[in-house]
Amino acid sequence: MRYLHIANARVINPQTQTDEITDVFVADGRIATLGRRPDAGEIEHTIDATGQWLMPGLIDLGGHIPEPGYNQKGSIASETEAAARGGFTHICSLPDTKPVADTSAVVKLILEKASKAGFSRVLPLGAMTQDLAGEQLASIYTLSEAGAVAMSNARRPVKNSYVLRRLMEYAATYDIPLFLNANDLSLSGGGCMHEGPVATRMGLPGIPETAETIALAQILLLVEQTGVRAHISQITCRRSVSMLQQALENGLRVTADTPLANLLYTHEAVTGYDSLYNVQPPLRSERDREALVQAVARGELAISSNHSPHEIAAKKAPFSDAEPGMSQYDAFLPQAMTLVSREELTVEQLVRALSLTPANVLGLSQSLTEGADFNAVLYDPRGEYTLTASEIASGGHNHPLLNRTVSGKVAQVFLEGCRIS
Amino acid sequence: MTDPNTVQLTEDGRLKHFLTTEGLSRELLTEILDTADSFISTQERAVKTVPLLRGKTVVNLFFENSTRTRSTFELAAKRLSADILNLDIARSATSKGETLMDTLWNLEAMYSDMFVVRHSDSGAAHFIAEQVTPNVAIINAGDGRHAHPTQAMLDMLTIRRHKGDIEGKIVAIVGDILHSRVARSQIHALRTLGAAEVRVIGPGTLLPSDIESMGAVPYYDMRAGLADCDVVIMLRLQKERMQNALLPSEGEFFKLYGLTKEKLAFAKPDAIVMHPGPINRGVEIESAVADGNQSVILNQVSYGIAVRMAVMAMAMSGQQTPVNSEEPA
Repeated sequence: MRYLHIANARVINPQTQTDEITDVFVADGRIATLGRRPDAGEIEHTIDATGQWLMPGLIDLGGHIPEPGYNQKGSIASETEAAARGGFTHICSLPDTKPVADTSAVVKLILEKASKAGFSRVLPLGAMTQDLAGEQLASIYTLSEAGAVAMSNARRPVKNSYVLRRLMEYAATYDIPLFLNANDLSLSGGGCMHEGPVATRMGLPGIPETAETIALAQILLLVEQTGVRAHISQITCRRSVSMLQQALENGLRVTADTPLANLLYTHEAVTGYDSLYNVQPPLRSERDREALVQAVARGELAISSNHSPHEIAAKKAPFSDAEPGMSQYDAFLPQAMTLVSREELTVEQLVRALSLTPANVLGLSQSLTEGADFNAVLYDPRGEYTLTASEIASGGHNHPLLNRTVSGKVAQVFLEGCRIS
Repeated sequence: MTDPNTVQLTEDGRLKHFLTTEGLSRELLTEILDTADSFISTQERAVKTVPLLRGKTVVNLFFENSTRTRSTFELAAKRLSADILNLDIARSATSKGETLMDTLWNLEAMYSDMFVVRHSDSGAAHFIAEQVTPNVAIINAGDGRHAHPTQAMLDMLTIRRHKGDIEGKIVAIVGDILHSRVARSQIHALRTLGAAEVRVIGPGTLLPSDIESMGAVPYYDMRAGLADCDVVIMLRLQKERMQNALLPSEGEFFKLYGLTKEKLAFAKPDAIVMHPGPINRGVEIESAVADGNQSVILNQVSYGIAVRMAVMAMAMSGQQTPVNSEEPA
């Protein structure tokens, strides 16, 4: 047996709640031993990881992958490469491609192209409804068989409570998990930022908190009634955090995530009409941001990317005309680490929300323990570089750190023992 | 880029674009009013033109139709001796495939010196100012719900000329504040120029959330809101508001917020009544008030030309002299 030896890394593993400087030995894509040399075999290669942090690979619960259909924004290869550079070993692709992922052909195409590209593994989310129109059920059993890990309607609305109820009942029959976005379009429609003092001053149509909380209440009540396995994607409001807490106290099995941008920025970022900060769901108030950070700290929320790459023309428009979303995959982990350097989260809390919590949502294991797949990120906390356009792998340069200094660097990323970045 | 004034001011604090009244100093706002005042006297002469913009090309770039505002800008440019080009780019033209950026590049190729921009998107003028080549001044003639700074300044001039000063005055703005770029620009200007109190009066559906954060005091009751006011500014009510469940009917709106002699009696006896026009008689204001002796609505229109001349002249002088002075297109 020949081993990869990672020496002197600070190994942070939320699953076992360990954080210690130790050595890791990898063979056949798995962690052979931790903290001790294997009894037999030789070392093929040693990585001196002194001063570096080794953590489980990040798992994204939702990013927009523009292929098929939106080649001007990027490809499966470009976005999975960007994801790997950001520290992700696995990413869930949202189904809002063109055509949408409502047939097994699209799901298989995504899986095939991603596997050929050889970067982060893509876990496709299938469309819950045909053409994501929110009216007729998509063939979710077939999509699930084809490899879709869960079903989602992206942020598009489901027509009414009746359709949502039947969708949940049908999915529950086959234990297919649903990723649901809480967005009442009758309240959010036409809005392009959080409704509040900044929107009022800037004269931009707002999206009230109730667009999320009313839809969330509807979802939670129907989840309770139908017993479906449900994950709430991209919550942004303080009130939603407490509604989820209450649902959990009542014994409802439901998980949730929040986009990284909502932990880093608030609606104040929109001042100056920088279309970069036109995102859906919108950036909310500081109170909301703080509540989300605290929920992450308590382990109640996973952090997702909501990665949305766009070509330059899509963002070069007056604020409300620009297409919403931020390119997030490149430099994702260093960005997220600013929550640690600001002392809002501990490293353990952050890594948990980026790896273990999403793994639990998907029923995967992502842990640095003996015998486990070696899915890991080696992170250099002292690394520093400028994220220039040529350094960005994603097709979307609408990245908040474009041409800015990034503190911390993803040094290496491994998926089942193979280096993908 | 967080401060709009890094876009609209030169490094030494002079106007190079005019995008918003927000954040402008009292000195600068006063300079605009003083300059406008000096142009009012030229308007009364037989020969009304001054040569300040001679040889310059001004493009009226209206993505939203507005004959009135466009005409006053046109007249202002002509009285400054500029060449003026009117482009009515209906919103449909840009949605036919040409992006706003393409439109701008085309216009820049004509070597214009100033764009007067009206657009239905909040922030559009700001966006254009950031995108155009240097030496092209942008004057915001209304962007979405955000700002209509020349209208606000002509209102300030009206108040100053009729009430002597803005300092210490109580001003009420009545009607559809939610959709009003005029109201937002007025609130900023009034606060900076020292108004004692700025009140906004309307139903909850037409007052934007957190309006207090802009320094305005909301009132739902018209009579309470008008008590002791020096200035009453009525806003135009758009018919669409009834379709969007914001209001039940014009009749009910008029009953509650329409300006009548009876309601106006709650304001100070010498209060003036203003309206940015065009007025809806019997919807937000009754004819007896619109045409009454407290109304200064028509004076506003004539001050509009002087204010637009002032900001055009100031913004042009805030721009650097172009390296090549090209023949106007």
